[in-house]
Amino acid sequence: MARRESVIEKPKGKPKKIFRRLLKYAGLYKWAFLFALLLSIISNLLSLVGPKLSGSAIDAIGGRGSVDFDKVFYYAKLMLIFYIASSVLSYALSILMMNIGRNITRGMRNEVFEKLMTLPVGYFDRHQAGDIISRVSYDIDVINSSLSTDVVQILSSIITVVGSLAMMISVCPILVIVVLITIPMSVIYTKYMTGRTRPLFSKRSAKYGEMNGFTEEMFSGQKTICAYAHEEKTMEDFDKINEGAVEAYFDAEYYGTMVGPTVNFINNFSLALIATFGSLLYMGFGGISITLGQISSFVLYSRKFSGPINEAANIISDFQSALAAAERVFKVLDEEEEVQDIEGAAELNEVQGNVELQSVSFGYTKDKTIIHDLNLKALAGKLTAIVGPTGAGKTTIINLLMRFYDVQKGSILVDDKEIKTITRKSLRKAYAMVLQDTWVFRGTVFENIAYGKENATKEEVINAAKAARIHTYIMRLPKGYDTVIGEDGVNISKGQRQLLTIARAMLLDAKMLILDEATSNVDTRTEIQIQQAMRELMHDKTCFVIAHRLSTVRNADNILVVNNGDVVEQGTHDSLMNKKGFYYKLYASQFE
Amino acid sequence: MGAILKYIKGYTKRIINGVSIKLAGTIAELLIPYILEYMIDGIVPKASKSGTYLPILAWGAVMIVLAITVRYCNITANRMAASVARDSIRAVRHDLFDKTNSLSGARFDAFTLPSLISRMTSDTYNVQSFIGMIQRIGIRAPIMLFGGVLLTAMMDPVLSIILICMIPFLGIFIFTITRKGVPLYKKVQEKVDRMVCIMREDITGIRVVKALSKTEHEIKRFHSINNELTVQDIKAGATMVAPGPIMNLCLNIGLTLVVIVGAYRVNSGTMQRGVILAFLTYFNMILMAVMGLNKVFMAYSKASASAERIEKVMADPEDMPVYKDDKSGVGVPFITFENVSFSYPEEDENSGGFTREKCLDNINFTLNKGESLGIMGSTGCGKTTIINLLMRFYDADEGRVYVDGKDVRCYDRETLRKKFGVVFQSDTVFADTLYENINFGRSIEPGRVKEAAKDAMVADFIENLDEQYKYKAAIKGANLSGGQKQRVLIARALAAKPDILVFDDSSSALDYKTDANLRKAINENYEGTTLITVAQRISSVMNMDKIIVLEDGRMIGYGSHEELKNSCDVYREIYDSQMGAMPALRGRI
Repeated sequence: MARRESVIEKPKGKPKKIFRRLLKYAGLYKWAFLFALLLSIISNLLSLVGPKLSGSAIDAIGGRGSVDFDKVFYYAKLMLIFYIASSVLSYALSILMMNIGRNITRGMRNEVFEKLMTLPVGYFDRHQAGDIISRVSYDIDVINSSLSTDVVQILSSIITVVGSLAMMISVCPILVIVVLITIPMSVIYTKYMTGRTRPLFSKRSAKYGEMNGFTEEMFSGQKTICAYAHEEKTMEDFDKINEGAVEAYFDAEYYGTMVGPTVNFINNFSLALIATFGSLLYMGFGGISITLGQISSFVLYSRKFSGPINEAANIISDFQSALAAAERVFKVLDEEEEVQDIEGAAELNEVQGNVELQSVSFGYTKDKTIIHDLNLKALAGKLTAIVGPTGAGKTTIINLLMRFYDVQKGSILVDDKEIKTITRKSLRKAYAMVLQDTWVFRGTVFENIAYGKENATKEEVINAAKAARIHTYIMRLPKGYDTVIGEDGVNISKGQRQLLTIARAMLLDAKMLILDEATSNVDTRTEIQIQQAMRELMHDKTCFVIAHRLSTVRNADNILVVNNGDVVEQGTHDSLMNKKGFYYKLYASQFE
Repeated sequence: MGAILKYIKGYTKRIINGVSIKLAGTIAELLIPYILEYMIDGIVPKASKSGTYLPILAWGAVMIVLAITVRYCNITANRMAASVARDSIRAVRHDLFDKTNSLSGARFDAFTLPSLISRMTSDTYNVQSFIGMIQRIGIRAPIMLFGGVLLTAMMDPVLSIILICMIPFLGIFIFTITRKGVPLYKKVQEKVDRMVCIMREDITGIRVVKALSKTEHEIKRFHSINNELTVQDIKAGATMVAPGPIMNLCLNIGLTLVVIVGAYRVNSGTMQRGVILAFLTYFNMILMAVMGLNKVFMAYSKASASAERIEKVMADPEDMPVYKDDKSGVGVPFITFENVSFSYPEEDENSGGFTREKCLDNINFTLNKGESLGIMGSTGCGKTTIINLLMRFYDADEGRVYVDGKDVRCYDRETLRKKFGVVFQSDTVFADTLYENINFGRSIEPGRVKEAAKDAMVADFIENLDEQYKYKAAIKGANLSGGQKQRVLIARALAAKPDILVFDDSSSALDYKTDANLRKAINENYEGTTLITVAQRISSVMNMDKIIVLEDGRMIGYGSHEELKNSCDVYREIYDSQMGAMPALRGRI
């Protein structure tokens, strides 16, 4: 589980650039922000009046028998009004800021998600799902909390400090000398401490992350560890990592826990100074006299300093985390998208299913071509098999056929039309696909089968399920077609999931079919059971089959043999066997 | 929280010291406003008369000394608190890790892997923070609160009533908000989970989504959950931001009341003006204390839930004790399954209304030392379960499992498992050097490690790397290909020359050629070793001495390749389909 602990991280890019880009999002809510600023200023100013009023009230309390009640009540009434108004405003401000923040978050999430949907599939092969998800959920949260609270916090801190200072000067200029001692003290100290603790806190986060990683790895491999009686060694390693984590925690706390008491100290220290100097002045020292009410106002104003100073350190680190998070989010937004359809791209209609590759060259990166000058003809209804060792690049050809990637040289034709000139949507619609990773989502069985065909009727879905030999199984489920499949399809077996995806493909009624190691997840026994379903699915379609069981491809009309990314041989089973090349070796090895 | 407290108990002395220091600091802090009042009402009038400033300066100095003391005490106590948190959680983690590692397969499944990981990480972290926090704020805040009330009552009992009246009011208020807030945040969390779930689905299924041009549909789906989340989040937030402004308001109303009531008291001569000033300061302190207590309560609810989850694992009873050997295994073949039946325990949660059927039903087979066994059958038919029972990750419900003349339940677990070299289905390559991944802490001599790598067909690959055996694998072997990983794992299994080799579907990522070479190497170099292979490819098992064909947990075929070809329909079917006698996919030609 991702830890919700703010990791202090320095952004690697240019902070100013990131910040400016972030501001654009705030700019969307310009007026709301301006209104919030206004509220914040008013609310803070209102609360600043309070201590002055209470000071005046105290001054109206002369002493025994000499209390000016009219004045006391007058000031008390004003105090109440100002305080209530200030609280109401500050509550309204919080609500407003929260609304702005959440809406920005929502907008950013939508934007990133929409972006994700336009990225080429390769992006998802290169990035871990967990990493992408944490950008959308955690990182955006971090940005938001900084945007929505820090901006206001900084502003209200400035208002409070400047306002308090101004009020203090207006109350008693001489006493301000005290503050001139304590403010620099606070500033220097805070600056010193943040510099000192930041590396400690990031070390703590790092150590903690290390422990998380270790735990995850070891627990995932618990069975292996037990099987090799490796527990003691693992325990020793864990103890070391644990030691590192708790020590880093302690180091960070050792200095971290100084901040609170020290700020508190500065508070008490200024109280002592104000009390001393105030008393001296109160006695008429140096010819300047000051009232008790003024001292009281002064005490209350000086207390107002501690908040912002205490916060400053937090805000700075928050802000830095936010920039680092923003950088990660922007990185997704700056990814190169799938190529757009060309202007005036045609719809592919009434597909026959003739596919042709003409001297196609391709590489995932521009400088590394892996497919060289490939020619291939797959006529309607014919079966093309793609074979080769694991990791040889069999999926590349599928990526090109479906236009997940575009060829670098040459062209691909479907029914004699260059696929770059037709819309991607209609091209993909012409294919049905059953992949190695059987993908089902949390939804009813019905929704899962009908996924590729909008407005599919119940009857169509049932027919597809029957053809895929899974209808009987579905009917045995507690709610039949309305049974909800859990996340990742946890409650149905792999074989049944595969049948569901076959049913989904059945429903599509596409002219071309891609089977990407479609049966490698199911064992042979299940494979035999679904064979009939597969056969029906393949009937009358131009098929591209990736398989590592050579027995399944023997009867293909054409076999592409792939090694190290490139197609090394092509032909029928018999012709390839006669050639005694790579295919021959591959085929022979399974009988050794 | 009870079991965790035991860990803290060992540090009682340090805690008492820390708390005493904290107590002293807090009392010193409470004295500061008291002195302020005394200066203004007591010293100043006197000093005015005598015209000497010395007492004022002296008391000012006392205040500063107190402020320094407060800081010193707080920091010292905080550090002691942190050290208690450090030491106790270190021990908690050690024990939890140890316990988790020794959980039986059944119990491990019941807790589920992600849950065990989060118990080990975020839960111990929550408890650690709380242990630190309760010593810091948990002590200070109540003392502040009661000390503040006490001192104000001493100064002026009537005026302090205002304060005393407000405390329960604030307490109830905070309590209500927290109680309302927690379920609201739970709902937010549910929406977040749902959003993450949708994203995960779309990322893993991106090829399908794109192939079916469903991106717009998915975007709509995401928008709708995102909206729901936002609405719920705002709802929860609106409740949770309330305490700040309201507490401030309460405090300020209190201040106003103090001024008004104070005015009457001063007028009647029962109180001096300095008291009002002191009161205002105490009010601030008390407010801070209440806010601190609020934090402690919030942290407590989080920490106690975490502590409970940790304790649940720690207190999990040992479900597979070592039995006394009844000698029933004397003379039975090297590996024997005798009328073994087994079903996995019902999962605690999320079983989705699907009941588990019997996983293994009356399994019988024997294997002599040096013989080989192949197990075939469809997914979920119980192949892996046989391995799990053999190595005692679970105990059979009925029947007995013997290894080397002894019931597996009578072995010391380590002794039993040392007999095996095993590669599991989806086994783990750890983030360590390749050498260490093969050696795996067993101090196998280097020559042997290299031999094993050679037999596992991975030596060429390793020796071509720059760092060779010192090459560091990433977490879960992410920097190795599927085939490379599998071969490293096989080398690990071979390295100790175990009595029994177990390969659970471990050749699936190998191409035929490698698979065949591997089988050859094992035949030649591991002659006395008993070999058990679970496989889907018939070519991987057809040369075994015995083959079991499983279906729905029952043995529907048992014998040699030739025997099964004649006696077992299912086996023949598989053979035909895989070895090419029947056109597998192309029925139409």
